[in-house]
Amino acid sequence: MSSTFESAAGVAVVNMPKKRWWRRQNWERIVSILILMPSIIALAIFIYAFIGWTGFISLTAWNSSVPDFTFVGLKNYARLFVGGSTDMIRFHYDIRNEVGFLILFVGGCIIIGFLLATLLDRKIRGESIFRSIFLFPMAISFIVTGVAWRWILTPGTQETGWVGINLLLTNLGLDHLRSAWFTDPTVLYIQPTTPLGQFLGSIGLGALAAPDFGYAVAMTSIVIAAGWQMSGYTMALYLAGIRSIPDELREAARIDGASEWGVYRYIIIPLLRPVTLTVVVILAHIALKIFDLVYSMTGGVSAGFATDVPALNMWKTTFDGTQFAQGASIAIILLLMVGVLIVPYLVWQTRQEAQ
Amino acid sequence: MAAPFKSSAAPRWRWTRLLLYAFLLLFAIWYLTPVYIILMASFKSQAEAMQMQNMWLPPHILGFKSFQIAWFGSTEPPATLGLEQGFWNSVMLVIPATLISTFIGSINGYVLAKWKFRGADLIFTLMLFGMFLPYQSILIPLVMTYQNFAKFTGIQLFSTIPGLVVAHVIYGIPICTLIFRNYYAQLPTEMIEAARIDGANFFSVYRRILLPLSQPAFVVVVIWQFTSIWNDFLFGVTLANTPKVYPITVSLNNIAGSFHVPYNVQMAAALLTALPPLLLYIFLGRYFIRGLMAGSLKG
Repeated sequence: MSSTFESAAGVAVVNMPKKRWWRRQNWERIVSILILMPSIIALAIFIYAFIGWTGFISLTAWNSSVPDFTFVGLKNYARLFVGGSTDMIRFHYDIRNEVGFLILFVGGCIIIGFLLATLLDRKIRGESIFRSIFLFPMAISFIVTGVAWRWILTPGTQETGWVGINLLLTNLGLDHLRSAWFTDPTVLYIQPTTPLGQFLGSIGLGALAAPDFGYAVAMTSIVIAAGWQMSGYTMALYLAGIRSIPDELREAARIDGASEWGVYRYIIIPLLRPVTLTVVVILAHIALKIFDLVYSMTGGVSAGFATDVPALNMWKTTFDGTQFAQGASIAIILLLMVGVLIVPYLVWQTRQEAQ
Repeated sequence: MAAPFKSSAAPRWRWTRLLLYAFLLLFAIWYLTPVYIILMASFKSQAEAMQMQNMWLPPHILGFKSFQIAWFGSTEPPATLGLEQGFWNSVMLVIPATLISTFIGSINGYVLAKWKFRGADLIFTLMLFGMFLPYQSILIPLVMTYQNFAKFTGIQLFSTIPGLVVAHVIYGIPICTLIFRNYYAQLPTEMIEAARIDGANFFSVYRRILLPLSQPAFVVVVIWQFTSIWNDFLFGVTLANTPKVYPITVSLNNIAGSFHVPYNVQMAAALLTALPPLLLYIFLGRYFIRGLMAGSLKG
């Protein structure tokens, strides 16, 4: 609390009659809170009241263009998880796609970002040029990224000719690496008839051997585009972290006989743990919210919902399908997923700062 | 014995060094691939762009027709609505939204950094959640409020530029407040205390002491807000329903989303959309990166 005016109070009292000082202090305190008030009220309404409102809508029967606020309990939520409707199948696939995307996107960005940061830290000539090249995608809209990568990853066909990456691969003689990219409807999952599938079945986990628990190959294209945009940012965070580690620490470890690998293993990586936590939280919440990129890359549609994600499903269901209550229930689930990640992080950050 | 040891170590050092640069270069190529492909496509004529097998090759003749169609649109088939309207909509939207949210962030940051009251940290944390909020969870009430706002107040918010400005200002408050608060918190409080003893009040402390020192924070926040508002798609596509109001990202998506628009025009449109934030990045990259760091909560 040393950064507040409480500490100034002791000094001010000396120079001013006590009563007058109190009046002034109180008046200014009120002014400071009044100044903050419009923002507090706006955010209380536009964030918290609106969340409550969305929560309320998700409990109603408003699933057509005509508002209908009949209370139906958790019916909209239940439809997403059980019952076998198209809504359920789609939402299960959304979660599957989201999990696959999140793991590959966050993991990929961390590996590439950390690697580039350690390489750039080795007194590289032209470091600032490399840094600028790695980071510039951050300045660009996800829509531009989506448009560009859709063009690069457009598969083409044997008959009409290969396009984009497939064309490059064909010219390089790497025909077997060609892929249908974001249009690929393939889902990799454990087949129930394989030994692993039969084993899962025998221990009562047969449900895992199903498309719901697989990986939709088309999501790889989204990972590539999103990773292209965000891995440079990860690099920047790690580089700032590495640079903030005092050289003396590394030197001391080297003098003690640590190898270059040992310096990373025992000094740098452990000290970067808070950076890694920040990176994971920021990237994971971007992954959960991913919408624009998928929308612009795929036009919002995909065979077998191979690139559908919750944020996109919510938007499509609500504003294209006018199923407002159903959309609201997806929105609330999305909010809960982001909240589980963000709230502990915010609490941790606030505590750390208070210390 | 030192000499032979040294001479055997030197080539190895050079070899790993070379590998290091090769690796960095490889990544640089990966990051520049979309730029390359956008440039190659957008300077081609339509006839040349149709030759897909040459898509990785530079154009034979440098042409600017695709930029002309991407900007002004075209009435001859395939009829295309250009970016022009969307570009100006985004300009009209991004300037007031950036300035207003930056100013609000600055004054909020001042209060939260230097006038901490009981519960200030809680309010700050509650504000910060707004930075991470998935906007899908407020979108339906936001649209309902916007659509009904004119009925009660006579002010049209839905599908108007001022409506988009309001949304961007409100949802921009958290990040703007955060950056300014962290910036002001590191300014020495003694300076302010001294001014207080000399009789400076709440406003004169802000105007005479903090504001003149805030220039770096202002640059960071303005760049951050400009970039994120210019690049926004979700609010634009949800809160606007006519090309008269669509921001540039929505215009671009409409051009690129309709499959009859040739690729050279699509790529030219993508380039034009990316240009303003890219120019900011090229000329003010230093401040841009500071904004990115602030976005991760570290001051």
